[in-house]
Amino acid sequence: MSRVVIVGGGATGLSAAFWLRRAGIEVTVIEKGIVGWEASGRNGGGATHAYSPLFREEQRLWPMMDDLLGYPTEYQPKRVRIALNEAQLGFLRDAVNLAAAQGFPAEELDSKTMRDLVPWVPDTVAGGMVYHYGGQANPQRTLQAYAWAVQDLGGIIMQHTVVTGFETAGGAITGVRTDQGLIGCDAVVLAAGPHTAQLAAMLGIIVPVVAARAEMIVTEPVPLIAIGGADGNGLYGRQTLRGNLAYGGGPHEWIDLPDHRTPRAVNSPVMRSVARRLFELFPKLAHLRVIRSWAGVIENTPDGRPILDRLANPGNLVIASMSSVGFGLSPASGRAVMQLVTQGHCDFANLEHLKLSRFDGLAGDWAEEKGWKA
Amino acid sequence: MAIDPTSIAGKHFPTEDHVPLVVIGAGPAGIAAAVEAAGLGMRVMLVDEHPVASALMGIDVPWMFGERMTAAVQNQGRMMESIVAARPDLQAAFDAGVDVRLGVYAWGAFVAGPTSQALPGSLLALADEERSWLVRFDRIIVAAGARDLGLAFPGWDRPGVMGAQGFAAALGLYGAFAGRRIAIIGAGALAAQVAAQARAAGIDIAATIDATQRITGVLGVADVEGIEYARLDGAAPATAACDTIVLAVDVVPNVELFDLLGVPTRYDPSKGGYVPVIDAEGRCSPTVYAAGDCAGLAPAAASGRNAGRAAARDAGLAAPPPEPIAAAPPEDRDQWRRAFLAAHATDARLTICRCEEVPLEDLIGVRPPRYLAYDAARFERRDIRTLAAMGPVNQDQVKRLTRAGMGPCQGRRCREQVQCLLAMQGNQASGDIPMPSYRAPLRPLPLKVITAADETAEMRAGWTSWFGIPEQWLPQWEKAPDGLTWEARVTPSVEE
Repeated sequence: MSRVVIVGGGATGLSAAFWLRRAGIEVTVIEKGIVGWEASGRNGGGATHAYSPLFREEQRLWPMMDDLLGYPTEYQPKRVRIALNEAQLGFLRDAVNLAAAQGFPAEELDSKTMRDLVPWVPDTVAGGMVYHYGGQANPQRTLQAYAWAVQDLGGIIMQHTVVTGFETAGGAITGVRTDQGLIGCDAVVLAAGPHTAQLAAMLGIIVPVVAARAEMIVTEPVPLIAIGGADGNGLYGRQTLRGNLAYGGGPHEWIDLPDHRTPRAVNSPVMRSVARRLFELFPKLAHLRVIRSWAGVIENTPDGRPILDRLANPGNLVIASMSSVGFGLSPASGRAVMQLVTQGHCDFANLEHLKLSRFDGLAGDWAEEKGWKA
Repeated sequence: MAIDPTSIAGKHFPTEDHVPLVVIGAGPAGIAAAVEAAGLGMRVMLVDEHPVASALMGIDVPWMFGERMTAAVQNQGRMMESIVAARPDLQAAFDAGVDVRLGVYAWGAFVAGPTSQALPGSLLALADEERSWLVRFDRIIVAAGARDLGLAFPGWDRPGVMGAQGFAAALGLYGAFAGRRIAIIGAGALAAQVAAQARAAGIDIAATIDATQRITGVLGVADVEGIEYARLDGAAPATAACDTIVLAVDVVPNVELFDLLGVPTRYDPSKGGYVPVIDAEGRCSPTVYAAGDCAGLAPAAASGRNAGRAAARDAGLAAPPPEPIAAAPPEDRDQWRRAFLAAHATDARLTICRCEEVPLEDLIGVRPPRYLAYDAARFERRDIRTLAAMGPVNQDQVKRLTRAGMGPCQGRRCREQVQCLLAMQGNQASGDIPMPSYRAPLRPLPLKVITAADETAEMRAGWTSWFGIPEQWLPQWEKAPDGLTWEARVTPSVEE
């Protein structure tokens, strides 16, 4: 193994590059724009994904990432989930079971305890949960940390470089053609988010993902609460270490991406409904000002689950789409990709049901069938 | 075709009006545009944010008020009277039947585009101090004026340092200036205008500091009590006692709405920054038009009439041909900024972004904010130039890393100087730094105001925190069961 080319400078691709470089393997990351520019750098920053086979590794790695990367990620442990009423509390009770069964306990909070922990909630709050696991980090800062760590380890990152095709021989990819020239390689990782489908199609491989836009809002800073990862009422989000509240949720918009470019993701009037839920959640912050909003484009597979798969043909290709949940799992997904590249399987997580072949025989109009079309 | 009930498809956003033409900004350009279009037979809504909330003035939104407004600005009704009195042209708009909305913020625009394909039409987001709402429009004329150019010098973050636009508004529009004696920074037409306004109002001018001089300090413990400055050629420093410092080097076209409307902009150093790309009538697109200072067009009223005529003509009405608009004088206003920064941005600790307290060295060194612990040795290898080695410097990227421009003033006070400083570091033209994106809300708005009180039932019914894909949330190390439905993912709303 001498050189791995990773297509996509997002969370998954850069983390894979980091782990490969740590394993002493030469890596080149090809990014069409700026690292972490798309959904990897624009998301809620949550690191709590109990349904993933990568969950345990996610939990193990996050507390170490600042040290491993050498640059701050703003990782903060724990999560609080707020229930405004009994119905929401019931929803949360179901939500914590999966982690509890894996040995990660959550604790139910009564109304008074919740009001002490998150002073902005209504007096009528039903209660909620505190997760003694999980956490949150700053996506933008973390993505740059990955990129800088890759460079510090001697990896190459080519920004503003577009992949135009692949060279293959004997059932393997031997080179990646780009607008900056041909890059020879011994293995390729496709981790290009919504564009993974178009890239795979250049190799005659169907990767069923479609793109969607989702959006978030940000407020001015407010004094820090003990556990910043506090959300609920249909929102995901967090208080950053600066004190800003960054929250999202609600309707996404399925979009068409006609070519390799990702157009600027705009906001919609949904941002007012996000604000409404944040106002319901934190009525004592009625006067806190919203100062910004943003949106990002993510991809989803038909079952919303990742594709983490080393293919049989070409035998040196790994497909890595995290299906709209990539950032928080990225320390673990990158390490899994490293193992898929170097040894063909992952020894710390069961990826059996995340293979591309589960979609064999999928109808060509699956996205229309689901209403996942613009 | 099936519909994903948790997506935006089929969701309805209530609007309070559907206007053929909306005009943003009731300055000379906007009023002229509204009156012209109304006279040609269009139904027109004219929106202007003044009087703005005194709390916004306190964070220099939309202009650098420098905390030099009297308590009178807390009286919204009195300020409304002051504004109507200061803008006698408004009477013509009322007479022409224009729907004039004063004290209303135009804080967002939602239009169809590559990532927004589901909207039924173009929507403008408005708000007052109590609530927000949406208006559908067919055409829009943006006459949003210009804002103050913030430039850092030692002490520029003190209460009492204001901008030329803020000063003019304090004196004229609001009649609520709290100072008595000013020092003016600048030597061009803008500084002369400030001096004339001050003299007319009987305000003393303690000093005028031009490009041969640099400010070495601001006197006073909390508020401004004076200014200390020196000649660039090294002569002994001088001081002048004053209670207010008016920064009058330049202004910046307000292009934030154009950016949300998806209109292309380009950097034009003779116009003071990024401006919309327009044709001879001020047309940016078949439905978006520009007039006045926000597009670098003068005289403002003539450009407003042209935009009003263009909108009317595009709507199928008969309209006279455009009046000629003189080209802006070919000044390189970017050079003024660079010269000012070269003279003043010499101390590594000089604060560039006031909201986020980002000093010059942290901006240039792409350092994390000071509340984060980090390994300083690692950052010895990192700065703007190493970032530039990976591709053109992007101000939005630098903003995310350093937080410069991410505060409650929404980058109004540092956006252009960060652009200049980044360009100067990389020996680039300022126009080579891509315009950082603008984001709604274009004014900081309280949660209780921006909230969608008018939200529809289907919005609540299909609300999920993250996609309605039930398989995603079940153990992914097992095969997902069949027959799952999206309803399992819907968050119970507070109404239930």
